[in-house]
Amino acid sequence: MAGLWNGFILADELTTPDLTADDVRHIAALTRLGLSDDELETMRGQLSSILKVFESLQQIDTEGVEPTGHTTEIRTVLREDKAAESLQRDGILKNAPESEAGYVKVRPILG
Amino acid sequence: MVNSEVSNGSDLTGITAHEAQEFLTSGKVSSVELTEAVLARVDELEPQIHSYITVTREEALTAARTADEARDAGKAEGPLAGIPVMVKDNLSTEGVATTAGSKILLGYTPPYDAHVVSQLRSGGAVIIGKGNLDEFAMGSSTEHSAFGATRNPWDTDRVPGGSSGGPAASVAASECFISLGSDTGGSIRQPAALCGIVGMKPTYGLVSRYGLIAFGSSLDQIGPFSRDVRDTADTLSVISGHDRRDSTSINAPGQDFARALTGDITGMRLGIPSEYLVDGMEPGVKAAFEKSLETLEAMGATLEEVSLPLTDQALAVYYIIAPSEASANLARFDGFKYGTAVNDVPTAWDVMDQTREQGFGSEVKRRILIGAYALSAGYYDAYYKKAQQVRTLIIREFAQTFDKFDALVTPTSPTVAFKAGERMDDPVAMYLSDVCTIPVNIAGLPAISVPGGMSEGLPVGLQFIGPQMGDGTVLKIAHAYEQATEWHRLKPTL
Repeated sequence: MAGLWNGFILADELTTPDLTADDVRHIAALTRLGLSDDELETMRGQLSSILKVFESLQQIDTEGVEPTGHTTEIRTVLREDKAAESLQRDGILKNAPESEAGYVKVRPILG
Repeated sequence: MVNSEVSNGSDLTGITAHEAQEFLTSGKVSSVELTEAVLARVDELEPQIHSYITVTREEALTAARTADEARDAGKAEGPLAGIPVMVKDNLSTEGVATTAGSKILLGYTPPYDAHVVSQLRSGGAVIIGKGNLDEFAMGSSTEHSAFGATRNPWDTDRVPGGSSGGPAASVAASECFISLGSDTGGSIRQPAALCGIVGMKPTYGLVSRYGLIAFGSSLDQIGPFSRDVRDTADTLSVISGHDRRDSTSINAPGQDFARALTGDITGMRLGIPSEYLVDGMEPGVKAAFEKSLETLEAMGATLEEVSLPLTDQALAVYYIIAPSEASANLARFDGFKYGTAVNDVPTAWDVMDQTREQGFGSEVKRRILIGAYALSAGYYDAYYKKAQQVRTLIIREFAQTFDKFDALVTPTSPTVAFKAGERMDDPVAMYLSDVCTIPVNIAGLPAISVPGGMSEGLPVGLQFIGPQMGDGTVLKIAHAYEQATEWHRLKPTL
């Protein structure tokens, strides 16, 4: 498969350093994603090689180029503020692992 | 083992939806009979193919009876009335489990239908079940499903492509007439190519994403799979149109796309982007592609090579933008609102950490982590913003190209279906399966894959890419090509 990548990685020298285990731990904490030690090490290697693939972008001149968020030219969509029927509460709550008195039940997150 | 044989067309489940519609109209067959035939085929083949996560047998038979009654009352209208269809399991179905191929959604039953599902139902379609996919549509082989892999009907040792491998394999194996998939970087077109059928990603915004479990919101688009272009055009007519519940839905009147299918492409200008003929493209794929170009030329189209130098960057742009959007979209799976949860832990934070650790598979975790990294403080400008800027340049490059060409023609995938397990542990090799399809999503363009040859007994796909809102144009060219060739008539022997 390596041959398929020849046209893709343009950088002559790959300079992005490998992620450290602490880097991966930090991102995992940000995304509230538990990882076992084995998983952490596998991810560290795989994420490092994926980041190297991104290096080619740095060679493109984007000075003054507007970023694109999505491709339709739709701006803020407005509509009349009118009450209408919404989804039934029971149908939503029966999906929650825990619910009580018409609410989704969540553990305390403060204090 | 490789299966290949020209179908004799006598099997009721193997005909196209528009042929089945003729049978229904003439009274030769009822929707209940059609549905029973498809369900029997599903029972027979699922142990080998595994294209369905859920089969909704009773609901399907009820819908078929309703369709027959409507027809008897003279009320059956539209191309899909009474036709058995399948939808990918990341499309919400009211009252029917929707998993997105993930353990984390086990036990989830949506309280509403996705817009496209409502459109199918009001068009009288019979929903047979929910199609297998790579977890949260992340993958190119349908091996990353929490509910087991789907296999390719042409060779069950091989993958069907992905992420919409279930919907693709199901149409190819005649386990439904039509299916819906979603395409974020090629997830409809690549499996359509690998399974030898038609698959289309419409212009971004043409089909409402309401009720599609989001992966990369600025890239995701829903589209049809079918056994010929006419069925794809008819299905697109049913599912497209403005929906105010999706703020990116294009506010344009509905269209009858079948009207674009004139069969005549004389004088149409087709560009061949040289960058899509990547190093490492299989010789059999390249040979089939060159033969297709000769066919198109003989049909009266003008062909010319064109360069799209930013193509090489599209993959990097995609693998920053899609995971970034995914890391935000998948934050909602926290163990509180729906699906499974790990609750026997001390704090709310533990519930989240453990639910996500146990609920998500490794490909999903990898993409959440890469996306969160690209969005995090200190890296945002270098990765996410840079990718969005290069995205603008890619859009401009396509726009300039379409000043000169009506459409572009490329192979859909650089390889035929690969062996199961072959790329599981090499994410970078897996990502490459989508090299010819990803730029289309970056620019929000319409593109279709049609059967365009065979290599080593396996199907090769041919892709046509159009300008924004050029959905009718790509359908027209694909249809004309299909009618001039026999590839779409080949069926796997099962």
